[in-house]
Amino acid sequence: MSDIAERVKKIVIEHLGVDAEKVTESASFIDDLGADSLDTVELVMAFEEEFGTEIPDDAAETIQTVGDAVSFLTKAAN
Amino acid sequence: MRRVVVTGMGMVSPLGNGVETTWSNILAGKSGAKTPTGFETEDLACRVACQLPFGDGTNGTFNPDDVLPVKEQRKVDPFIVYAVAAADEALADANWKPESYEDQISSGVMIGSGIGGLLGIEKAAYDLQAKGPRRISPFFIPGRLINLASGYVSIRHGLKGPNHAVVTACSTGAHAIGDAARLVALGDADVMVAGGTESPIGRLALAGFAACRALSTNFNDEPEKASRPYDKDRDGFVMGEGAGVVVLEEYEHAKARGAKIYAEVIGYGMSGDAYHITAPSEDGDGAFRCMSAAMKRADITPADIDYVNAHGTSTPLGDEIELRAIERLVGDAAEGLTMSSTKSAVGHLLGAAGAVEAIFSTLAIRDQVAPPTLNLENPSVDTKIDLVPKTPKKMDIKVALSNSFGFGGTNASLILRAVD
Repeated sequence: MSDIAERVKKIVIEHLGVDAEKVTESASFIDDLGADSLDTVELVMAFEEEFGTEIPDDAAETIQTVGDAVSFLTKAAN
Repeated sequence: MRRVVVTGMGMVSPLGNGVETTWSNILAGKSGAKTPTGFETEDLACRVACQLPFGDGTNGTFNPDDVLPVKEQRKVDPFIVYAVAAADEALADANWKPESYEDQISSGVMIGSGIGGLLGIEKAAYDLQAKGPRRISPFFIPGRLINLASGYVSIRHGLKGPNHAVVTACSTGAHAIGDAARLVALGDADVMVAGGTESPIGRLALAGFAACRALSTNFNDEPEKASRPYDKDRDGFVMGEGAGVVVLEEYEHAKARGAKIYAEVIGYGMSGDAYHITAPSEDGDGAFRCMSAAMKRADITPADIDYVNAHGTSTPLGDEIELRAIERLVGDAAEGLTMSSTKSAVGHLLGAAGAVEAIFSTLAIRDQVAPPTLNLENPSVDTKIDLVPKTPKKMDIKVALSNSFGFGGTNASLILRAVD
């Protein structure tokens, strides 16, 4: 896993209080990891803080899975 | 109106996690007052508070992790965690687990708080200043709103009846129990989970209440002596935190399911001082009228009251005004009356005070003992009422009255009676 993926995974585990093995690339925050809509807003805020980037609201709505977050943040980093 | 009884009790207090732990510590004459920890106190005028005994959950300590996962705790102010803990205990004590739709819609919640999420508001204000609006959590609002204590409890236990929250400063807990009892009496619900919760202790609340000249400042080096109702050296209240929750139930409903019944709520009275934002009316008229209203509702005479759990916050003005109002209320019956202030032991839990004190009054009836007024060395008052200095008093208690008075001139009295 890339450094970005590791950092995303760590934030997800911490904020959603889930086991590490559940946090796979394809895991959906809401369907697989027990998040509600407010949790996903907070997750996006945590990504912004960790990666020092701004995720616009329309982009945030497309981030539904761990993989979505990793690919968005990887693109943002490049 | 239908009869309303107490069938369950729950509490987290500065003297322990749980009703029985707190009560045995009160009867043992222990004080919950200490120099507060967790924040800078050096520059505060009042450096005494009654914080919860946090720990791993053993030996009467309170472990919030036993109540909500850390992930959930992060979203809310502690007053919500305390309310959930007290409600869990009360519902387990009452053995009430509504599972059918009918039982769920006839069970409601009314847990109030005086100031709600003050700590979280303070922190979010710093974040807003330092990091800007995009860093404010979506849980900031729902984790600070006072009625979210009732919200969390209802979601957790499937209580779909009336969902309400009282906000009347230091009268909150008593108003919540009184109002919830009315809802049960009128048939809006068969069961109400009612009480108060508060988590104010921090620099902002200590500074704010000190500015109102409401807090004790002369006992910073001897915290356990700071809360001393009726004593001539008293100089203000000691802030506490925690929650008290009772399960109120319609009498026939409780009997039909074989619930244990602690006491009946026979009287509830309210009044407004219409006088001053923080000071009680000097003639004690507000206190007198709310107690009178509760007595009228209870249909009892002054001589029927055995024990009064006083508001008695240990402020120079308030204690004597309340005492004189009670003397006026009971007249010649003052001679046989017993009254104490448990704030001498647990401090002033603000919005939770009326609820924990209603529970202490109920326990006084159950155990036939009046809890003591700690630190009452030299009364500043001359009265025929027994103020129960320092040690508990075994006595016959059939009827107990509990008073709560709040900023804004809002008063509440509850009267509880043993059920034969």
